[in-house]
Amino acid sequence: MANSTSYDAIVIGGGHNGLVNAAYLARAGLKTLVLEQRHVLGGATVSEEIYPGFKFSVFSYVVSLMRPEIIRELELVRHGLAILPLESTITPLPDGRYIYRGPDSAATFRNISQFSTRDAEAYREYSYAMYHMAKAVKYILSIRPPDPTSFDPRELLALLKLGKHFLSLGEENIYTLAKLMTMSSADFLEEWFETDPLIATLSASGIIGTFLGPRSPGSAYVLLHHYMGEIDGVFRAWGFARGGTGGVAEAIASSARALGAELRTEARVAHVITRNGRAVGVALENGDEIYAKRIISSLDPKLTFLKLVDQNELPSDLVDRVGKFDSYGSSGKVNLALDAMPELSCLPGYGEHMRGAISISPSVNYIERAYDEAKYGRFAKKPYVDIIFPSAIDPGMAPPGKHVMSCFVQYAPYQLAEGDWNSQREAFGDAVVDTLSEYMPNLKQLILHRQVLSPWDIEQTIGLSGGNIFQGELSLSQLFFLRPAPGYAQYRTPIANYYQCGSGTHPGGGITGAPGRLAAIEILKDAGKVLQ
Amino acid sequence: MPIPSPLYSRTAALCTSQEWRDWSGYFSAITYGPSYEVEYYAVRNAAGLMDASPLYKYEILGADAERLLDRMVTRNVAKSRVGQVLYTPWCDEDGKVIDDGTLARLGPQHFRLTAADPSLRWLQDVGYGLDVELRDVSTELAALALQGPNSYAILQSLLPKTKLGGLRYYNLLQTEFNRAPLTITRTGYTGDLGYELWIAPEHAPALWDSIMETGAGYGILPLGLAALDILRVEAGLLLIEVDYSSTLHARITEQQSSPYEIGLGWAVDLDKADFIGKQALQQEASLRGELHAVQPTKQPPSQNSEAQSDRGLLRSRYSVAHPSQRQSGRSLVGLEVNWYDLERLFGEANLPPQVAGRASRTAVPVYAGEEHVGQATSMVFSPILKKYIALATVRSEHAALGSQLEFEITVEYVRKRANATVTKIPFYNPAQKRALPNG
Repeated sequence: MANSTSYDAIVIGGGHNGLVNAAYLARAGLKTLVLEQRHVLGGATVSEEIYPGFKFSVFSYVVSLMRPEIIRELELVRHGLAILPLESTITPLPDGRYIYRGPDSAATFRNISQFSTRDAEAYREYSYAMYHMAKAVKYILSIRPPDPTSFDPRELLALLKLGKHFLSLGEENIYTLAKLMTMSSADFLEEWFETDPLIATLSASGIIGTFLGPRSPGSAYVLLHHYMGEIDGVFRAWGFARGGTGGVAEAIASSARALGAELRTEARVAHVITRNGRAVGVALENGDEIYAKRIISSLDPKLTFLKLVDQNELPSDLVDRVGKFDSYGSSGKVNLALDAMPELSCLPGYGEHMRGAISISPSVNYIERAYDEAKYGRFAKKPYVDIIFPSAIDPGMAPPGKHVMSCFVQYAPYQLAEGDWNSQREAFGDAVVDTLSEYMPNLKQLILHRQVLSPWDIEQTIGLSGGNIFQGELSLSQLFFLRPAPGYAQYRTPIANYYQCGSGTHPGGGITGAPGRLAAIEILKDAGKVLQ
Repeated sequence: MPIPSPLYSRTAALCTSQEWRDWSGYFSAITYGPSYEVEYYAVRNAAGLMDASPLYKYEILGADAERLLDRMVTRNVAKSRVGQVLYTPWCDEDGKVIDDGTLARLGPQHFRLTAADPSLRWLQDVGYGLDVELRDVSTELAALALQGPNSYAILQSLLPKTKLGGLRYYNLLQTEFNRAPLTITRTGYTGDLGYELWIAPEHAPALWDSIMETGAGYGILPLGLAALDILRVEAGLLLIEVDYSSTLHARITEQQSSPYEIGLGWAVDLDKADFIGKQALQQEASLRGELHAVQPTKQPPSQNSEAQSDRGLLRSRYSVAHPSQRQSGRSLVGLEVNWYDLERLFGEANLPPQVAGRASRTAVPVYAGEEHVGQATSMVFSPILKKYIALATVRSEHAALGSQLEFEITVEYVRKRANATVTKIPFYNPAQKRALPNG
């Protein structure tokens, strides 16, 4: 049945990038419709009351680099967004010591000094060095990737600007950048530090969400993503969203609605309708057809190219490349509802450190061993875990005195060598809780409810192919003009009026809103409009 | 040298940063921990507790209490209900602001006034010959400010028998804590849901402890002045001697301000009977076009003969210049500095924008084209809005919402100008500020 109303744009998928994209299109005057398959908007950016009174940031758990311009331009604060600071990281060690890094730089210095004064001094310098690196890369994140093979003067000009940007960094920084692009995070960090647990914790930033170990080449680059916020200085947008990450989606959705976009849930798109190589509408699974001047997919590249459209409509090289696009997830999530705040045996008490992150990363070998297991299709028995207590940062996440605990766990491969995730899920959850109990002895007795999510569960629930949290591995071979495929990194597709705007496009995953916004700029350009 | 406030035993134990400021002669914590930002966010998202005891507090009692206050302040006290709190400035005879504060009506003949500066002498002078009792209760009352969206839940569970849910914005109720009288006013300096609690100093530490204990599950943190300063700028609330000068401290006429010039025109009731500064304010209002309802024709003979005979006396004692006929030409505005300009200007020096994280009280000039039209007096990067905002005083012709001005910033020691837009204040104005917490 054809729907009588016609839209200027339909965005498939109500994740945060889809919503950002729709909000900008609506803001430019386009009659825009968002179609979300689930009953709730947000995609991986969602908070749900899984256990009565306890709100879980089910999937993504921190706001990494939500672009401040998006917060301002879409007036997200007026629509309820608040990003609360998440400033410290503590790494408990098996011997009862711990490494603390936080906003109190003197305390950080004293703590690291207990391991190595040399490292304590290097840590400050390292932050400065990474600041310069992040600055170098930030430019890339804010532009549409130019096509290096094109002779189009616009592309050449963009490349020239990019080259000029890199030359402006200075010799030293270019060398460091080259190292970052090629080294493993552990190797890169070992040039700076000698304290193994410090190297391990810092290197963990380089492997989050990827199928890489701290000793895998290319992992150093990902370290940078964590320093991007530093460039923004006091205006950084790194932290925890009020109400969980769903708070981000709700704010963007509210803004999009206020700008005139229509948001529909429980509306699963079966496929994109094309006519003569042009996208003209979508067919829903319930049989409805809705027409629009342009269709934008915020889904991952595999769904965008291999499921929503007929492969015959696409050049074979693209089909081939997207088929090979690496999007196997490597991480899982364990969310706990707790009767009270557990105690860290290395630093007992409900201090300021419980409002920060807790990193289970006692040594580089520890993480690398966890990776080894994943390589061969097993979840890590002793995993790397990145923990936060959302309720300690935002008390609204749990009843007074009770807590929710978010554990991001690596590694948990999508493809298991033996059995499937339905049979392995709880064993994985047990391994995580057992590991955590070594550092928080009273944890088990406080657990009221446990939710365990493997990459397979992530795929089942929100559709991310392979359960990859970034809609595709953030490896160098899949970034910038290669994301998701060479020649198609500028948010367009071979099908006219069919666009992409998800994390599978440049600049990639995390709650940044950047792909959604950059795509909107290109879409509006094609529509003869400018993003204001 | 400052001395401890009644809550010092509690604040000192928490103030690990040892960052203190002198507030009216008392030690007042600037930040408690290493980061003012967590205190700021506690108020915006959960709750913060501040020691506000250094405020000056006065009680005005007696048959003529209302009359005294109506002579003194610019708002209509006679119209206020018992249980109501008024925010009001008060002026000298030239209509220039002496101070601003809250006036709580505890009973038909019983008021409590807070002030930033010592004010007993002014109260005595205004009340000369009236049937009033004036008490300086500054040291007899401690004040705790519990602010933030969770403040209601905390206070209600601490005082289950007190019906807090019906307490409206700028109203008060009287209750007890540990059998000691406790006044709760729904007021604050943060622009959020919040309460101020007034209690005898000997009971204040126990009240502090109970609030902190009950608040633990609600994310409460002690609140210092650094975070407060950001909160109040976002809320568009003025700070005396920063955003305007008391006429008592002005050295030149230009440093004096009328209520109209500092955005408090709404708090001037020209319809009420004679009050100090009324004539001057009437004149100013008509010049500014702020007179809406009543055209003052002939002054009715005041029923209050003291009011007229004291007029000379009550002219600011430190009047520094002959009160001129100068037109009221200034207005208080909110400014939002254009972020892209900041990125560009700092980018020219290869830097990310460097803006005040803690609120800056160093005034900077504001321009319209080549013309200097005023100054920004408080400015800060708003952590929640992700905007650089300022409170500014500008010539009134540039005060319309949306006016484009230029704001001076210093990039690597070089003075530059960024575009700034006149914006509505409060910059941040959450619904819970005024709403009843029970919905």
